[in-house]
Amino acid sequence: MAKVLLEMKNITKTFPGVKALDNVNLQVEEGEIHALVGENGAGKSTLMNVLSGIYPYGTYEGDIIYNGEICQFNKIKDSEEKGIVIIHQELALIPYLTIGENMFLGNERGKSAASIDWNETYGEADKYLKMVGLEESSRTLVKELGTGKQQLVEIAKALAKHAKLLILDEPTSSLNEQDSKALLDLIIRFKSEGMTSIIISHKLNEVSYVADKITVIRDGSTIETLDKATTEISEDRIIKGMVGREITDRFPKRHDVKIGDINLEVDNWTVYHPLYPERKVVDDVSLKVRKGEVVGIYGLMGAGRTELAMSIFGKSYGTGISGTLKLNGQVTELKTIKEAIKHKIAYVTEDRKGNGLVLTNPIKINTTLANLEEVSSKGIIDQDKEYQVAVEYKDKLRTKTPSVEQNVGNLSGGNQQKVLLAKWMFANPDILILDEPTRGIDVGAKYEIYCIINDLVAEGKSVIMISSELPEVLGMSDRIYVMNGGKFVGELEAEGATQETIMSYIVKTGRGE
Amino acid sequence: MKSVAKIFKEHTMQIVLVLVVIFFVITTNGSIWTPANFNALIAQNAYVYVLATGMMMCMLIKGNIDLSVGAVVCFVDAIGAQLMVNKGVSFPVAMLAMLAVGLLIGAFLGYLIAYVNVPPWIATLAGFLAFRGWGTAVLNGNTIGIGNAEYAGFTNLFNGFIPDVFGVEGFNATSIVIGIIACIILFITQLRDRSTKISKGYEADSMVSVLVRCSVVSAVIIIFTYMLAKNKGIPFVLVWVTVIVLIYNFITSKTTLGRYFYVTGGNMEATRLSGIDTRKVLFFAYLNMQFLTVIASWITMARLTAANPTAGTNYELDAISGCIVGGVSAYGGSGKVFGMIVGATLIGVINLGMSIMGIDANWQKIVKGLVLLAAVVFEILNNKDKNKA
Repeated sequence: MAKVLLEMKNITKTFPGVKALDNVNLQVEEGEIHALVGENGAGKSTLMNVLSGIYPYGTYEGDIIYNGEICQFNKIKDSEEKGIVIIHQELALIPYLTIGENMFLGNERGKSAASIDWNETYGEADKYLKMVGLEESSRTLVKELGTGKQQLVEIAKALAKHAKLLILDEPTSSLNEQDSKALLDLIIRFKSEGMTSIIISHKLNEVSYVADKITVIRDGSTIETLDKATTEISEDRIIKGMVGREITDRFPKRHDVKIGDINLEVDNWTVYHPLYPERKVVDDVSLKVRKGEVVGIYGLMGAGRTELAMSIFGKSYGTGISGTLKLNGQVTELKTIKEAIKHKIAYVTEDRKGNGLVLTNPIKINTTLANLEEVSSKGIIDQDKEYQVAVEYKDKLRTKTPSVEQNVGNLSGGNQQKVLLAKWMFANPDILILDEPTRGIDVGAKYEIYCIINDLVAEGKSVIMISSELPEVLGMSDRIYVMNGGKFVGELEAEGATQETIMSYIVKTGRGE
Repeated sequence: MKSVAKIFKEHTMQIVLVLVVIFFVITTNGSIWTPANFNALIAQNAYVYVLATGMMMCMLIKGNIDLSVGAVVCFVDAIGAQLMVNKGVSFPVAMLAMLAVGLLIGAFLGYLIAYVNVPPWIATLAGFLAFRGWGTAVLNGNTIGIGNAEYAGFTNLFNGFIPDVFGVEGFNATSIVIGIIACIILFITQLRDRSTKISKGYEADSMVSVLVRCSVVSAVIIIFTYMLAKNKGIPFVLVWVTVIVLIYNFITSKTTLGRYFYVTGGNMEATRLSGIDTRKVLFFAYLNMQFLTVIASWITMARLTAANPTAGTNYELDAISGCIVGGVSAYGGSGKVFGMIVGATLIGVINLGMSIMGIDANWQKIVKGLVLLAAVVFEILNNKDKNKA
């Protein structure tokens, strides 16, 4: 049996009023990849914050035994000195500094803080970049890199700190499938070189691909640790541990939804980048959606999906937009977002915190935001009506909250997504464009979102669902468009389609840059 | 029932204001507590309330501020005085001209900020420099007085008092009657609001807390109107301020327009994608700021009975301080008109009290700086507590 590198024993962490971690135990052996899975709010990030010293020694109960000794970390620096390096979900690189400057930030090379040795900085940085397989010069500005490469820079930065235990919090959440695969393979390669890794992820296919052991956390307690060597690990098996019951079907069935006439038709739609007007972002795309239909748009990040959706939604993105848009057979021009909403189109953003919700405001204000006229007359808000509407949608979507006066920022990701959906459902659209509607939310909440989508089409509405998760696109759509490099490269009926057929369209056309 | 600690937390500024008043009553041996000083408190701070109302609307959007308002007061006053005194224009026409100039300035600054994307503090810093210079130039560097009887029609609009109809010697009974009517209206509206809430099954404050709240506010109103009655009655400028405050309180709490300010401040992109024209909201904030600046410039010119090159100096900072101390977030998205009133009053009382105590003007500035800082630190710590719980 290999040596135990890290043991977290009976860790209990309480916040005022909540027990975030309750007697959690975690054992990581040297040279393994250990995955930590659990629903949102289960306590994974809290546990890693305890480990890395963000919550200092004394604010929690229990022991951290690393390399055979009990550790008392008071700040991140303490844990990094021992070789425990954490890479957070939100990338923490500074865009207007070079890769090299970022890599040694707070850890500068040179004789003293006042005299940085730039040759050594960039020389060392290039060495670590090579280790993660990046060909860029370390003098490149970080803002020039895509998210995939930025993630690799983060890892190189960790290596520069002489990491022995690498903790990756949702490392692939903003990466496309190719970049994710490359990243996971890199972690596997590190393993063969003796590195120990802990990976936190929602993407169970990745977890079962990369992990040697999987520890499941639920409601602040460790449920079980699955060992690949001794048990067969399937995604269903992991989900069972996470939600505490077996989910027989990850996608709810739609019953007797009648698909009607064409509701929205877009022809020869071309959009240019708002800042670089010579760059085509959407290239001659045509699509149609029928009443009662769920149309999936599958594409990797950067394929132009969001840009397509937002340009249809009242030209809220892009310049030089050309092409025709027909609503119920009528050619219509939607010049502003307000017009788009009036013509019963809704765009539910992929970035709920950045573009979707006012986090510092209560649920009720967010719910009515896109259709404030409905609860007001002559510019005066009927606050009774607003409250009733918010409660109605809270109950309808089963949003978990003590009251609709609660600020949205205090809700979990899944419940925030429900508030965002409620806001757009209250705008009473016929066509809903859902951009990554289940990103970053847990399995149970995903299922509920799928049910909501089914209810919407059952009412005769049309749903366009943009997603980069193949199983979701296959499980939920009636028809699927495949998008790559700004173009639609394939259209297929969901019935009979497989992950392989969809991917083959993308492989055939190559990765358009 | 709410705990005492919670009540204290929600009304910290009001309680601080009461303590500060008590402090000054003790240290000045009661000489702050005179009818003349109650009147002075209003006369000296009227412009702060008006400007801070507009400043709050700007600050709601991402903590934006308008640095130009003091200079614009000077500039608009200069134009008004020139028209009235040297061009012989009647005062209503001059006031309209001042209003037109102010709105033009507001539209210009609003356009630069909302549609050209000039950062607000830079656009208004330019206004701060330019309008002070321009105002001085219009005045040729001199003071133009409007103290003569021929301009009394204008000055009386602000400096006058609501006349007494009861004819009691040395006591303006009309004033106290107005105060009593205001209290009755307050009780009726608050109690009716509570009973409709209960009848619809919403959460409502307990009867005791509604009655206590109304009684405290009524007591303040009665004390004020009683003291003003012993002076010369309710000054017209208080009527102006009250009307403005009530209108803006209504706008911010009950209308869609007010809602747009809060949500734009909370998340501009989410608001834009909800079909709300956020540029228009930003434009309107600066247009509205200059509208209120014109009212403040009328008040200032009437009070000084002159237009002079230093009029309005530091007014923008007084308005910003009033907002910050009154709990308007420096980061945008939150703040209430009545909170701002308490904050501006607190600063006004501190100014008045220190002047009566005869504290050196330099020390007064130090104290005001510390009060401002304390208010912001308090807000941040208070929010931190909230997030932890």
